[in-house]
Formats: sequence, structure tokens, C-alpha cells
Amino acid sequence: MLTYQRIDDLCREAEKMGGTISQVVLSDQAQQLGLKEEEVYERMAQRLQVMRESVETGMDAGLRSASGLSGGDAAKMQAYARQGGIAGPFVNGAIARALATSECNAAMGRIVAAPTAGSCGILPGTVLSVLEEGQCTERQAVMALFTAGGIGTVIGSQATLAGAEGGCQAECGAAAAMAAAALVELKGGTPVQAAHACAMALKNQLGLVCDPVAGLVEVPCIKRNVAGVMVAFSAAEMALAGIESKIPADECVCALYEVGCALPASLRETAQGGLAATPTGKRLEKEIFGPPCG
Amino acid sequence: MIGPSSSHTAGAVRLGYVARKILEEEPVRAEIQLSGSFAQTYRGHGTDKALIAGILGFPPDDARIRDSLTHAAKRGLKWEFICENIPGAHPNTARITLAGAQGGGVTVQGASVGGGNILVDRLNGMAVHVTGRNNTLVVLHKDKPGAIAAVTNFMAYSGVNIGSFRLARPEKGGTAVMTIEVDGDIPDILAENLRILPNIIHVVLIRAV
Repeated sequence: MLTYQRIDDLCREAEKMGGTISQVVLSDQAQQLGLKEEEVYERMAQRLQVMRESVETGMDAGLRSASGLSGGDAAKMQAYARQGGIAGPFVNGAIARALATSECNAAMGRIVAAPTAGSCGILPGTVLSVLEEGQCTERQAVMALFTAGGIGTVIGSQATLAGAEGGCQAECGAAAAMAAAALVELKGGTPVQAAHACAMALKNQLGLVCDPVAGLVEVPCIKRNVAGVMVAFSAAEMALAGIESKIPADECVCALYEVGCALPASLRETAQGGLAATPTGKRLEKEIFGPPCG
Repeated sequence: MIGPSSSHTAGAVRLGYVARKILEEEPVRAEIQLSGSFAQTYRGHGTDKALIAGILGFPPDDARIRDSLTHAAKRGLKWEFICENIPGAHPNTARITLAGAQGGGVTVQGASVGGGNILVDRLNGMAVHVTGRNNTLVVLHKDKPGAIAAVTNFMAYSGVNIGSFRLARPEKGGTAVMTIEVDGDIPDILAENLRILPNIIHVVLIRAV
């Protein structure tokens, strides 16, 4: 529920108030829900806390999903991040958080759908990383989640957030766009810069199919959350550097929907195409479930 | 919420929950028809566990969801999943038929439309519009003059504002159904009072989930 139907409107309202997208979204939510702003803020602060707990759960080296397909990779990444790696401890720590949240999800743990469970690692990988690495305050991080929420709500109303309807671009793509806008706000960028970051993130995820092996939110979903984190960071950094998207964010959202509609059903969360249909994908499905539906 | 999929787990819990709320008693039998992506991937996403969890009345962030089938067996619920496409339905659609311990029964059809959001669009074959985001009244009534006015007037006197209103009437003069989404809270007593109005067959209050 959001009064605003376009990212453009969110930006305009934020600039009119001389504030941020998050403030516009928070005020609007409070009004829609008939609650005080502090109460709505408190709810979002709880979401951030759940994100922290998901990361903690997912970092357990012994964690495994029911299928046995996933678990334990976040712990490997965390250990590696401490050594620095190629991109440094910040980026590798962010990768570890995204993996941890998604692995927690695959093991039927508690997560925040952001915007969906399949894409739940991207906001913790980005916003929570900035907070945990001491680059912002808790309050800024919570507010950034409102910006993310505003962008996600627009995508949900103007396009779709369901992989079954629009492919992975509607889930990890939307999450990356939400995170990119949130990151820009966290680092003091303008609402317009946030919208450009959102547009650039969407552009870079357009066309991504939803092809989960055995229908499980594990392969390739968990690692696609990492890709979403990278897309979000790069889009935010470009926007903060003053780079603009030639195609406005709202038009990117429309393009996402159009591309989603053009995707065949086999690539929209039916586990019948893409990686799910590879020889190894089929073999894994048979090993986990035996013969199909019955 | 509990993972692994907002559409296939959290949304499915909500669908089951709404079906239970409409039944208004302890369900003893559940027949669940799955269509589209739900049918293809339900086991992988735990959609079966999620729907059953909702039918048991668990909320979407309940840690018991992963063991819901065990809980259901303990509570004496019998269930069956049928994979059969529902033509024209959203890819994530379930049709849930419940039978209650007191002999009641209901068929609820709805879709999980992404991010854990749902849309219940059929109740016993009649068109409804329940999203579960707002407190909602589903009112079954006789298709007679004044039935709608009586309900909305009563709500007005109670100070409840209507956010959206839908009416479906399969045949003239038969049974019709109103779906009324309201702003803010609905006191339990309001639903009770609406039931005693003339031409009202049944009123179900579904709180936001």
C-alpha cells in the first residue's frame, strides 16, 4: 500500500519536502495504516533485527537445507572475507551476508521477504553491510529500508514481484533496484540519484529468468542474490558519481513487466527450463523427489 | 516470514489461513487443488507444508510451518493434494476445499501474487476480492432490495470507513456476496450484529494477515 504509483512521483514529493524518499514513504505508510510514524519506524527496525538474525543463522557452517542442496557456503565466504580476497573484506563480507540470509531461507529459517524470500539476501547484503561496517547509523539503515520499500511497492504495483509471473528479474532484479536506491540515500545522495541507481540496477537484471532446480529456492537463487548485491553496489556507486540512466526508472519498470510477459512459462518458476532442465538439474530433481508430481 | 519462497510459502500460508477463517471451525478434511507453478514446484518450496500450516491457523512467520504436516496429523486433519490446472488462473493458484468438525464446508480459490501477497477471488464459486492486507468482511446475503444499504448503513453508524466494496451475484434473486475492505479495525461485535440484519445469510470477518 503506497499512495505513489511512480518512482518519479516519490522523487518529486521528496524534493518538494526538501527531504528523502524514505521520509515520504514513512509518512505515507503511517497515514495509510493509521499509525504514528514512530510505530511504523519501530516495525521496520524490527525487520532490520530479523535480517541480522537471519545472517547469524545462515553463517553456521553446519546449516543444510532439507534437500541437502545448500548450506555452509556463507561460512566459507566469511572465512575467506577475513583474508581480504580480491575485492577486499567489505565486498566479500557483503557476499557472505547475502549467502547467509539466502541459505537461512532455504533451510526454512526466518527471514524478511525483501521483496520476496527468493531475493531476501540482497538488502541484508547491502544495507546491513554498510551498517555493520560502521558506515552509517542504525537509524539511517532503518530509514533506507523505507526507500527500498517504496521502490519495491511501485515495482509490485506497476509490474510484478513474482518469479512465476515475471521471472527472476522481478525478484532479484527488484531487490537490486530497491537496494541501489537505499544505498544512494544512505550515502547522502539525492532522491533523483536514487532513482537513477534504481534504473541502472533494473537495466542490468532485465531478462533474468526464474529456473530453480527441482523447484527449490536454492540453485541458482542463492548465488543470484550475490549477483544482485553486486549490481546494487555498482548502480549506487555510478549514481553517486553523478552518472545518469538514459532510460528513466519508471520506464525500466514497464520494460521489466513487458519482458516478464514475453518470457515462456518454462522460464517462470516452473522448474521446466533453463538450469532446471539441464542434465544435472534433472538428475538432482530425481535424487531429491523421485518421479514428478503425484 | 519463514522461507523458502514468499509466493510459495508465505503467500500459501495466508491462503490456507483465509480458508480456515472462512470455515470458522476446526477443519478435519482438506482437499487442495494446485495449478500452474504451484503444481510444478510445490514440494520444493514447501507449499504443501505452508498451505496446511495456514489451514491450522499458523501465521506466516511461525517456526512450526516446517513441521506443519506432523502437527496436522496430530490434530486429526486429513489432507490431499491434487495437481490439476485451473484454466485462466494466475500461475500460483490453489483451490482449497475444507470440511469442518461441525459439518461446515467451504471452497476458497486464490492466488499468491508475489512478495507474500495474496488474492482470494472465489468463495464457493462466487467472485470475491480478499487480499488479506486490510480487515475484510465477506457477507453472504439474499439478493433483495435494501440488503446492501442495511449493511453499509450499520457500518456507517459504527464509524467504520469502507475502503473497497465488491458485489457478486451469480443469479438474480439468489445468493449474493459482498466483499468489504475497511480502514483500520473492525470490532468482533460488528460482524455479530450484521448477522442479525434481514436478508443476511452469513458474515465472515477476515483480519489482515
